[in-house]
Amino acid sequence: MNRPTLKLEKRLAPSPVMVFIIPLISVLLALLLGGIFLSLTGQNPLAVYAIMFTDSLGSKYGFTETIVKAIPLSLTALGVAVAFKMKLWNIGAEGQLYMGAMGASWLPLTYPALPVYLMIPGMVVLGMIAGGLWAFLTAIPRAIWKVNEIITTLMLNYVAILWVDFLVFGPWRDPLGSNFPITAPFPEAARLPEMFNSRIHAGLFFALALAVILTIVFKYSRWGYSINVIGSSERAASYAGMNIKRNILWVMFLSGAISGLAGMAEVSGIIGRLQHGISPGYGYTAIIVAWLSKLNPLAILIVSVLFGALQVGGYAAQVEGVPAAVATMLQGMILFFVLGGEVLTNYRVVLVRQKGEELRK
Amino acid sequence: MSIQEFLIPLLAAAVIAGTPILYAALGELITERAGIINLGVEGMMLMGAVSGFMAAVSTSNPWIGLLAAMLAGGSLAFVHAFLTITLRANQVVTGLALTIFGTGFSGYLGKAYIGIPVSKPFTATPLGPLADIPFIGPVFFQQDVLVYISYVLVIVIWYFLYHTRTGLNLRALGENPAAMDALGINVFRLRYIYVVIGGMLGGVGGAYLSLAYAPSWLENMTAGRGWIAVALVIFALWNPWRALMGAYLFGGIDALGFRLQVLGVQVSPFFLKMLPYLFTVLILVVVVARRKGRLATPGALGLPYDREER
Amino acid sequence: MNQVIVQLQGIVKKFPGVLANDHVDLDIYAGEIHAILGENGSGKSTLMSVLAGLYKPDEGKILVNGVEKKFRSPRDAIDSGIGMVHQHFKLVEPFTVAENITLGEKQTIFGLSGKKLKASINELGKKYGLEINLNAKVWQLSVGEKQRVEIVRMLYRGSQVLILDEPTAVLTPQEAAELFRNLHRMASAGCAVVLITHKLNEVKAVADRVTVLRQGKLVGVLQKDQINPKEMVRLMVGRPVTMQYDRELAVAGEVLLELDKVNAFNDMGLPCLRDLSLTVREGEILGLAGVSGNGQRELAEVIAGLRRVESGKILLNDRNISNLSPCEIIDLGVAYVPEDRLGMGLVPELNAMENLILKSYRQPEFSGRWFLKPQAIKQNAEALISQYQVNVTSLTQPVKVLSGGNLQKLLLAREISSSPKLMVVIYPARGLDIGATEAVHKLLLKLKIRKTAILLISEDLDELFRLADRIGVVYSGQLTGDFPVEQADLEEVGLLMTGAHSARERVNDNEPAHT
Repeated sequence: MNRPTLKLEKRLAPSPVMVFIIPLISVLLALLLGGIFLSLTGQNPLAVYAIMFTDSLGSKYGFTETIVKAIPLSLTALGVAVAFKMKLWNIGAEGQLYMGAMGASWLPLTYPALPVYLMIPGMVVLGMIAGGLWAFLTAIPRAIWKVNEIITTLMLNYVAILWVDFLVFGPWRDPLGSNFPITAPFPEAARLPEMFNSRIHAGLFFALALAVILTIVFKYSRWGYSINVIGSSERAASYAGMNIKRNILWVMFLSGAISGLAGMAEVSGIIGRLQHGISPGYGYTAIIVAWLSKLNPLAILIVSVLFGALQVGGYAAQVEGVPAAVATMLQGMILFFVLGGEVLTNYRVVLVRQKGEELRK
Repeated sequence: MSIQEFLIPLLAAAVIAGTPILYAALGELITERAGIINLGVEGMMLMGAVSGFMAAVSTSNPWIGLLAAMLAGGSLAFVHAFLTITLRANQVVTGLALTIFGTGFSGYLGKAYIGIPVSKPFTATPLGPLADIPFIGPVFFQQDVLVYISYVLVIVIWYFLYHTRTGLNLRALGENPAAMDALGINVFRLRYIYVVIGGMLGGVGGAYLSLAYAPSWLENMTAGRGWIAVALVIFALWNPWRALMGAYLFGGIDALGFRLQVLGVQVSPFFLKMLPYLFTVLILVVVVARRKGRLATPGALGLPYDREER
Repeated sequence: MNQVIVQLQGIVKKFPGVLANDHVDLDIYAGEIHAILGENGSGKSTLMSVLAGLYKPDEGKILVNGVEKKFRSPRDAIDSGIGMVHQHFKLVEPFTVAENITLGEKQTIFGLSGKKLKASINELGKKYGLEINLNAKVWQLSVGEKQRVEIVRMLYRGSQVLILDEPTAVLTPQEAAELFRNLHRMASAGCAVVLITHKLNEVKAVADRVTVLRQGKLVGVLQKDQINPKEMVRLMVGRPVTMQYDRELAVAGEVLLELDKVNAFNDMGLPCLRDLSLTVREGEILGLAGVSGNGQRELAEVIAGLRRVESGKILLNDRNISNLSPCEIIDLGVAYVPEDRLGMGLVPELNAMENLILKSYRQPEFSGRWFLKPQAIKQNAEALISQYQVNVTSLTQPVKVLSGGNLQKLLLAREISSSPKLMVVIYPARGLDIGATEAVHKLLLKLKIRKTAILLISEDLDELFRLADRIGVVYSGQLTGDFPVEQADLEEVGLLMTGAHSARERVNDNEPAHT
């Protein structure tokens, strides 16, 4: 019994250093492991990563495309973060995005002649209400009967996507669209203006503004404080007189509304119409982004750019014959490493020798 | 078409459609009875489906495919076990990560296999005299081997859980791991084992899709069945028989939607496809609301076990 | 007869930030009842957990029957004949008694061998006078019965040494007496019984020897004839302590709180309060005795608005507050210090400043219409912490790192500073050492002087007799006794706690306290 063993020892307080280092190391480790997978399947990881990097962050076009992807990603992640702060596991951001896109699309398709100062705000409002209501539907059973929101929000994702399909294959289909599942293109007034001579659109401001607003709300507002308490300890919150049911309903609505806004921004700023497949899974990636950012809105902006780059890089890697799914794979791995690494913020690894001497690791 | 001509094929199809969900649900049931939530079922099913497919195509042997699927599902589950049991990570988010990773990785691996046929899928093998029993015969006993195995599995798991010592220990593990620990039972090791078993069964469920149900490989072919399986465990109240009934109920809804389309019923195919998901939500709400949240949830589900917690 | 079974030599056990056992030596003899006495934090539970195989010692040796043993898990300890009954029962509630007893064992209760097994367990129970119903489901049993199941479980596994951790914490005086009789019987049959406790009267009643621990160190071993309370306290605390407070009995004030035939259901949907009536006056402490599980927690919850009142009335200053929201009740001046300090009363992940405004954050001094006022919140925290002498190293650290005593002080600081008209407090000194207990009691007495009505719910009869002006007993959801403290008799209160009625019982007594 002379072999030293590793033991996990609980820390008295979470280590602040680890909170920063772990995400960084996780990304590196994920890239490493991903590289190993790539070479095992016959690819040259360095070549692949090189293309992914240069085509996402290393070129003007690539960089703007990264931002384009980061906009809906950060918006949905912000929405997800709002819910997660109260330990409401809203997995339905994808569906809420679709519903928001649908709600926003209704306006230009029904009243194409509206002037821009009515159209855009109208689309924003409708998009947010649609997304919010979609989340609200799951909030009701959760608030009243404690029905698990993970499953309900997730199921509604599939329903939302099918609903949009129904619309674009059916009643909303563009008669001039050669039978593709797309609506008529939106009028100019319904399009978010482009900026910087690229596809980056005014949705960028939505994301930036929301990140700032949410930071202030979480840290300094009364509501933010009560959300914090409820998310931390529901029992203490009801003991203190906070109305938990009402907060669940409002928070889920807000969460869905923000994702709905992301949907609006996508169809208005990028796609220009409603169609099948408006999101490559932003709602799901948003969960990873939110968790990695520890629900901090400003961090979410940064991580969204990283993941946007991953996505753009993934598309670029297809040139090398690597399926675009490599991006999702890397995202999953980063999250694994972060989750595993989180243990180090709360526990210390300790080397114990036989005599009970301890070496810190 | 007479009622019989409609009903029997529908019920038989319900069994087929429900089998992948059943496997996955049985696996998750075991995992949750041990006290761990694994939301990575969707990812494990997809990894099982793609691995099984790749192995079966390469070796022209579906059984090798099955083995590969179990290995894939089990390995992914092992990662979950390591993160949540040893490293005490949040079980919900870890499971989600597993699903996202499994979805992506399976898509990555399976790219080259889209459109390739499987030479020897699992096909229907009538079970002798049992297959000739009117009504029950064609529904239950003219299926493929994996379906028959699933029947046996339900019985085995039921007996194991409620009539054996190890099964008793498993139920206790999810209720009060501290009690088991105080009696000297290795909580960590047992939980690892049950999580991996759950993953293996999830892999089989996915393999059923690619090797029997379809049979083929398509990216994301589970279409949320893994999640339905998770929901099913809840409203089966962690009981294998109820899981069986629930799985076939869902299979029925799935099959019904398809058949209504064929019959020319004037409902948009999209609404028909929505049925299983809406149904899941509805049943979940009804079951939980009726029991006012006092489900038979294993007492320690979702909580990491830490002996030296002070 | 008196042969040594277990020897602990030089045991050292460390946890992050604390040295729980500091080179402790201990001998346990066959057939003796050996008490381990110490305050909370003295290391007695840790030491016994090491012996029971739950913790591995950092240094030191364990010898069983002369042979050195290394326990890698409780299994090894049990196989060596050492069994422990914990304070928080390690029973699986939905299972039957038989299932719980055979849990983790090779022989099972299923099938044909099961019947023989059940017969042998019943034999065992009879031998020690421990009656249990093998087919009952554990969640239906009373606390005393559950404890018996735990004991039988250990005996069934062949324990020669039975360790009991604070066993009387959840028993009535009568049940405790019965437990001690059983322990004597086990000891005469050769079993060694180790009793972990902080109650002096228990040690006096039943122990053959007592080992006293203080702050992780062994400070004394007393033989039966050397046992006396003063000496034990001196060893436990390190200084002489009287524990008698200067207090005046309450002068009759207005009735502040009145419960009139209140009925309520518990979490299982069963009635837990049955036509319960009581009154509390301004400046008076009404102490309610009772074994945990007779409706005390639910009583506090209906008053605080956290549980539905099915019928009956709760009046605060003649105003009906039944079924008002917790928020409204807090605003009416009702403070509540729950037994669950860190899960309910305080939010573990938040820091002291955030916890101190938990109920008052909506008030204008701490927040505007939308935003909090951080400066005011910080100053409030600093003031309260210094006033109540809460030992907090940093205002921004999560409060879960605080000790039990400081948590309670923080909680009381918040509740008392809201100048409540009524305070409901449950088990205030549970788990606290003598110093913290003293501080908490003095705070309650000061509050009484400020004319607050106090409803004190406790299992500790000493505490009640020391603080209360009137004593009541809660049994099965009803008030079964209510008398001024000078007229209260310890034994009678104990009887009422078990449900037996006494000649002097006065139910639903609404007469004012005697002058």
